[in-house]
Amino acid sequence: MKQYLKLAWRNIWRNKKRTLITLASIFLAVLLAISMRSMQKGTYANMIGNAVRFSTGYIQVHAKGYWDKPSINNSFESDDILDSLLVNNHNISLAVPRLENFVLASSGDHTKGVQIVGIDPNKENELNNISGKITIGEYFTADDNGILIGDGIADYLELSVGDTIILLGQGYQGMTAAGKFPISGIFHFPDDRMNNLLAYLTLNTAQELFAAYGRYTSMSIMLNHPNKLNQTRHNLQLALNNEDWEVMKWQTMNKTLTQEIAGDNAGGIIMLFILYVVIAFGVFGTILMMTMERRKEFAVMVAIGMKRFQLVLLLVFETIFIGLLGVLSGIILALPVLIYFNVNPVRITGAAAQTFEQFGIEPIMPASLDPNIFLYQGIIVLLISFVASLYPMIYIGRFKILDSLKQ
Amino acid sequence: MAIIDVKDVYKTYTENAVPVHAVNGVSFSVEKGEFIAIVGPSGCGKTTMLNMIGGLDAATKGKIIIEGEDISTLSPAQLVDFRLHNIGFVFQAYNLIPVLTVKENIKFIMELQHKHKKEAEDRVKYLLEILGMKDKIDVRPKYLSGGQQQRVAVARALASKPKFVLADEPTANLDSKSTETLLDLMAKMNKDEEMTFIFSTHDQRVMDRAHRIITLEDGKVIDDSRKMRG
Ligand SMILES: Nc1ncnc2c1ncn2[C@@H]1O[C@H](COP(=O)(O)OP(=O)(O)OP(=O)(O)O)[C@@H](O)[C@H]1O
Ligand SMILES: [Mg+2]
Repeated sequence: MKQYLKLAWRNIWRNKKRTLITLASIFLAVLLAISMRSMQKGTYANMIGNAVRFSTGYIQVHAKGYWDKPSINNSFESDDILDSLLVNNHNISLAVPRLENFVLASSGDHTKGVQIVGIDPNKENELNNISGKITIGEYFTADDNGILIGDGIADYLELSVGDTIILLGQGYQGMTAAGKFPISGIFHFPDDRMNNLLAYLTLNTAQELFAAYGRYTSMSIMLNHPNKLNQTRHNLQLALNNEDWEVMKWQTMNKTLTQEIAGDNAGGIIMLFILYVVIAFGVFGTILMMTMERRKEFAVMVAIGMKRFQLVLLLVFETIFIGLLGVLSGIILALPVLIYFNVNPVRITGAAAQTFEQFGIEPIMPASLDPNIFLYQGIIVLLISFVASLYPMIYIGRFKILDSLKQ
Repeated sequence: MAIIDVKDVYKTYTENAVPVHAVNGVSFSVEKGEFIAIVGPSGCGKTTMLNMIGGLDAATKGKIIIEGEDISTLSPAQLVDFRLHNIGFVFQAYNLIPVLTVKENIKFIMELQHKHKKEAEDRVKYLLEILGMKDKIDVRPKYLSGGQQQRVAVARALASKPKFVLADEPTANLDSKSTETLLDLMAKMNKDEEMTFIFSTHDQRVMDRAHRIITLEDGKVIDDSRKMRG
């Protein structure tokens, strides 16, 4: 074994220039592939992280049927089993309860449809830093019975902090819901659709307004390790009674974002494929030349007693050396760059930034340091090198000793 | 018992549909410890004969029996193994492995045979001593003269103590000094270790040292004579 390694190592350096060019091509491709994947994955993680903060969380628990028919009648009652699951699951970092319902809001002659979100002020703020989005007035204090409205609603109803807004709608099980609420604050989110639609009450106030005492429409869950999302969702679903509960992941609830990421990701994979083809041809050319120019040497070796499979093994080691050197140098050089961009993400500016902000996403592209990226790229490039050396290996298995000796 | 028995062997190549009878009914046997030169004009079939004995080429007709075994019955993989453990090859061109040093080249076959490391190293030193090349032990072939390279190639063939050595015009490219050194070494191995040698050659110096000369012409043995030993 040691002999093969020694021979293989020395063989790859017989033509230094050619080997270096091959290594450089693998190195560049790996560097590009890893950087691209890292930026993509990092950006997706940022998009997802932001998106789920402003909407559903990574996982959301509802009463069965709520997602298809989001009515307050499909709300659920505070539940001991659910509460203990949320506390005891190590992957759950935050569970945010909400009670949502649609009402008519009016002031003077103006009336407007508004989506009321009853929130736990502390947890909601921890989730999406809503207090930082208040432009006039104050965020909720404990047991606040005021209301927070979007600046779009404020403009339309010509209201400001300190004014009173009248809400009218239907509560739990058809009860009439009506109330007057002082405006505590006006918020502005990046997405104007939210500013025109949303108003926040504290959970208690909302439950009272809708006569939905102790009830919620959703429980949004944030995770310590988003990559274990499926497992956590599965565990929750298993522990909860299937008849009464639905446990959904963000991918199911936010189809737009899921599709957007899938589309972008597909583009990335096509790029990767092109890079891989380039690597494959580079390695193939080099290994083929390394084989063909040693035909006579191989013939001598087989003549004096080296078995063909031993020669194939030698070629495998040579291929692995070239592949591994290229991959490792690519990773080693990519790593510090990516660590830098992980800590100091690229900031997006201009029109692209506005699109990001519309979706409530911070316009940055952080690099991901997910070890899987490095591992997969490494393994794939090694596999490609191996495939590229298949033909030379077949050649070694078949060449005619005497013909090659004569050269 | 003869270690090599060549029995009425034919080799016919078909070149552009024209049959070429390279070896045309050759028979001879070789005893252990013989020192044989196969001679004859160019194209008479010397190389073809050696290749067939070495299992690099198959006879069209006839049998080559080595230590009682008909080598035509061996599979390609078995033939490789057979060569590894029985035959030392010396080619006309030196054919060393360029990335290995002198020592590593000579050890190469012994390593394929999984010979003990110490034993292999001792053997390398012993042979290089005789060849007067001890100072080149860690040098790569490209820094050696042609004569030196061929000495290393011969050392590689002899190192593993094969049953017999096949050498196709081993001295064709050598000056007389190198030729003498090589012939001395082979004669010593022949004498000390009863190693069997079969050469093909046009070289008078080699013929002078041979104990037996087989002369081929048009693929046939026209003369086979033993010299008086002594
Ligand atoms: N692969 C081959 N295909 C066709 N003909 C061949 C082949 N190898 C050898 N021959 C022919 O067989 C005959 C014997 O060739 P061989 O090489 O054995 O001669 P030789 O005695 O070694 O000659 P030299 O002294 O020139 O080396 C020649 O006529 C040669 O042209
Ligand atoms: Mg010849």
